[in-house]
Amino acid sequence: MSQKAAITLSINGRDYSIGVEPRRTLADAIREDCGQTGTHIGCEHGICGACTVIVNGEPVRSCLMFAVQADGKKIRTVEGLAQGDKLHPMQQAFMDHHGLQCGFCTPGFLMLAVGVLEREPDISDENLIDVLSSNLCRCTGYQNIIKAVRAAAKEMRKG
Amino acid sequence: MTWVGRAIRRLEDPALITGQGRFTADAAAVHWVRFVRSPVAAGKLRSIGSPDGAIVVTAADLKGVKKITPMLHKFNYKPVGQPVLADGTVRFIGEPVAAVVAASEEEAEDIVDRVELSIDEMASVADARAALDASAPQVHTEAAGNVILEGKVKTPDFDAAWNNAYRIVKVDARSRRQNATPMEPRGGHATYDVATGRVTLTCTTQMPHLTRTAICDVLGIPESDLRVIAPDVGGGFGQKMSLASEYVVLVWLARKLKSSVAWTEDRRENLIAGFHSRDQYITLEGAFDRNAKLLALRTDIVSNVGAYSCFPTTCGVEPLMAMAEMPGPYDVQQYQCLARGVMTNTCTMAPYRGVSRPVITFALERLMDKAARAFSLDPIAIRRRNLIDRFPYKSAMGLEYDEATYKETLEMAVKAIDVPAFRKRQAEARAKGRHLGIGFATFSERTGYGSPAFAARGMEITPGWETVIITVDPSGFVEARIGSSPHGQGLRTTLAQIIADEIGVTPEMIKVVHGDTDRAPYGWGTFASRSLVISGGATLIAAQKIRTKLIKMASQLLEAAADDIVLADGTAKVVGTDKAIAITKLAREAYTQTHRFKGEIEPGLTETGHYDPPGTFSNACHVAIVDVDVETGHVKIEKFLVAEDAGRIINPMIADGQVHGGIAQGIGNALFEEIIYDDNGGILTATLADYLPPTAHEIPPIELHHIETPSVNSITRAKGLGEGGTIGAPAAIINAVNDALSPLGVEIDEMPATPQRIRAAIRNAEKAA
Repeated sequence: MSQKAAITLSINGRDYSIGVEPRRTLADAIREDCGQTGTHIGCEHGICGACTVIVNGEPVRSCLMFAVQADGKKIRTVEGLAQGDKLHPMQQAFMDHHGLQCGFCTPGFLMLAVGVLEREPDISDENLIDVLSSNLCRCTGYQNIIKAVRAAAKEMRKG
Repeated sequence: MTWVGRAIRRLEDPALITGQGRFTADAAAVHWVRFVRSPVAAGKLRSIGSPDGAIVVTAADLKGVKKITPMLHKFNYKPVGQPVLADGTVRFIGEPVAAVVAASEEEAEDIVDRVELSIDEMASVADARAALDASAPQVHTEAAGNVILEGKVKTPDFDAAWNNAYRIVKVDARSRRQNATPMEPRGGHATYDVATGRVTLTCTTQMPHLTRTAICDVLGIPESDLRVIAPDVGGGFGQKMSLASEYVVLVWLARKLKSSVAWTEDRRENLIAGFHSRDQYITLEGAFDRNAKLLALRTDIVSNVGAYSCFPTTCGVEPLMAMAEMPGPYDVQQYQCLARGVMTNTCTMAPYRGVSRPVITFALERLMDKAARAFSLDPIAIRRRNLIDRFPYKSAMGLEYDEATYKETLEMAVKAIDVPAFRKRQAEARAKGRHLGIGFATFSERTGYGSPAFAARGMEITPGWETVIITVDPSGFVEARIGSSPHGQGLRTTLAQIIADEIGVTPEMIKVVHGDTDRAPYGWGTFASRSLVISGGATLIAAQKIRTKLIKMASQLLEAAADDIVLADGTAKVVGTDKAIAITKLAREAYTQTHRFKGEIEPGLTETGHYDPPGTFSNACHVAIVDVDVETGHVKIEKFLVAEDAGRIINPMIADGQVHGGIAQGIGNALFEEIIYDDNGGILTATLADYLPPTAHEIPPIELHHIETPSVNSITRAKGLGEGGTIGAPAAIINAVNDALSPLGVEIDEMPATPQRIRAAIRNAEKAA
């Protein structure tokens, strides 16, 4: 056990002032210290991407970032995607195209896809598949995720 | 308008896409548990040294806790017990030896690193064939020669058929070991209620009731003292249907500490100790007549079952399913099989989506392609000559196949993929040094089977039936409580569709409740492509009873003949009149106005359905087109096409999703995924950088074609389809790889066909030439 550091995580526009050990991952801090359990942990070694969140506009594997590294940065998680009852186009597209089954990897895929499309709205199909290959899904076989993200990309470009 | 047959959106999704799903690891606990695991494959445990002040629970503390001892009453099965924490002997790397309890997960993990294990390491064996050698170390004294069970069968006229054969074709098939790899690893959270003395265990299980039964048996406590909840479960694929000994420890600890304790498995634990599967050697020989018609099959199945026998299926699940279903979709009445379960110092084997059938289909389909070559036939022609085409068909093992479309799906796939066009393209590519190949796999998928099928295996526990209780409450909303325990299959939606059609309300008014032993009736859970058939059947039975009662009530209140009443659009209507009453009103009156039914109708609106069907066979033909880079051994799947028949489809979107997901796992099986042990039982694949489930890059678009042959063995007419994707895909892909490499004289009968294996095969062929 080591000394706890006082940090502030800004998650979906709300500030959480918490004390964490320097070794605490951002994923654990989001889930356990801030109670936002929509971000899931699948491998803790940066392969599966279930814990993907958006930090200062970039998709990040929150299991590979320490919470102290995110101090003061703007973090977005799946809980912040919808505006009230209005789903984000990416969430709607995942429902419409059956882009999820058990739902465990889904928050990570949503944040990955939203983060990338916000940065690169006109991403090519080939690059999109490259990007989506960063995360693992064991249920869907990916085809419906790809369809959903393409459909959401269209919606987001309109929007 | 009916709801069944429509691709309605899933009722499960709104919570899951907004981060509001409730998974086991989401709940906080007072105490956190980490397990000390064996660092060696075999040894005598001399001592466990705990750091001062730490809570470290070992087998010595668990007095009175029984071993987990699943039972089979056939096939010379040797009961082998697994202590929930290793008791004196360790048998595989990753076996739980002690539980450390601390105030946080990190602290518990720090203590685990400081626990000192003194183990006298012994010789170990990891490979099943090596374990059969007379000089091999014995994993359990109870299982002499490491054989824990032996299934044998030989049909009476086998020898005559064999001796009359024109040609014998043989394949030595090897399937390497896999891990089902659900994205959510296992985990449990047990909390003690001081007032009642009850423990609630929330865990990532596919079978909550049986988990309760098993833990209470092992701990010797009444089942009323334990509630098991399967909340949202992040994929299971079979891995979460076997009892985790860790859960027993959690319940024991919650009772001991009178508090809450939680354990979240990490990925390394899951990969080394979260159950494995598919580690088999199959030698298969087919005896063919002059016309390439199969006369007899002979097979030797060696299944590596690991260090213990899984509960509830026992480790017989792989070898015995292979034995029972080996003849697959082919018409062959003479059959000889020896199927052995062999114990090794490796992680325990448990069912994984498809259970053995990906391996037997791989062996059979390789056999068919080899036979086609031997007879100078094409792979389609030999299948045409041998596929079953009369129903009901009784297999050599006595299984009754209901009507299916083995030949029709083959023809459908052949037409859709346009074989002549491919062969032309293949020839052109070959001229330019590119190696394209096409591979077929036709298979049967036994689904939705009831208790007799499990009894035939001699299982002490015979899952099979399901119960569903439907209540229309005074608000008019509907609740269906089910014993199945879906975890991604969309059953809340499909069962609601079945109910909606029967009682005339919309699916949104129907909530399906599952995964809580306090709320749901006893049931077996979700596995073996059973839930839609069996739980769906029980749902239909209960819904029909609700329908009958609603009609009876409406007939009294509307003073009309029951036959004249229809339930639709939320209303009971008298046909041809404007007389009608809302179903919500009928529901209300069933509770609040019972005097109006003159004592002829029982109060309330709850009905129960039970269903225990004989089982029904789905079928499909998978076709893969691959492009093999002979320089690197890399396989690119250009196209994957499926023609499948799973009976009546309740929700096409969900059905297609199951097929897609299964195929993705099958592609992993065929090309990438392999748990590797070294000769000392050391496991080399303990991260997802070493064990490789496919990503979006590796999965091609999948083209699906459907036939719907309603099943007479299923009252909803639906067949199961959860496993088919995993069953057919590996065989189709490896047949395609073989087709691609055929000009080089290469044959690959091992999966996964990794780049290294493909390169080695090419090098060997070059040397031989």
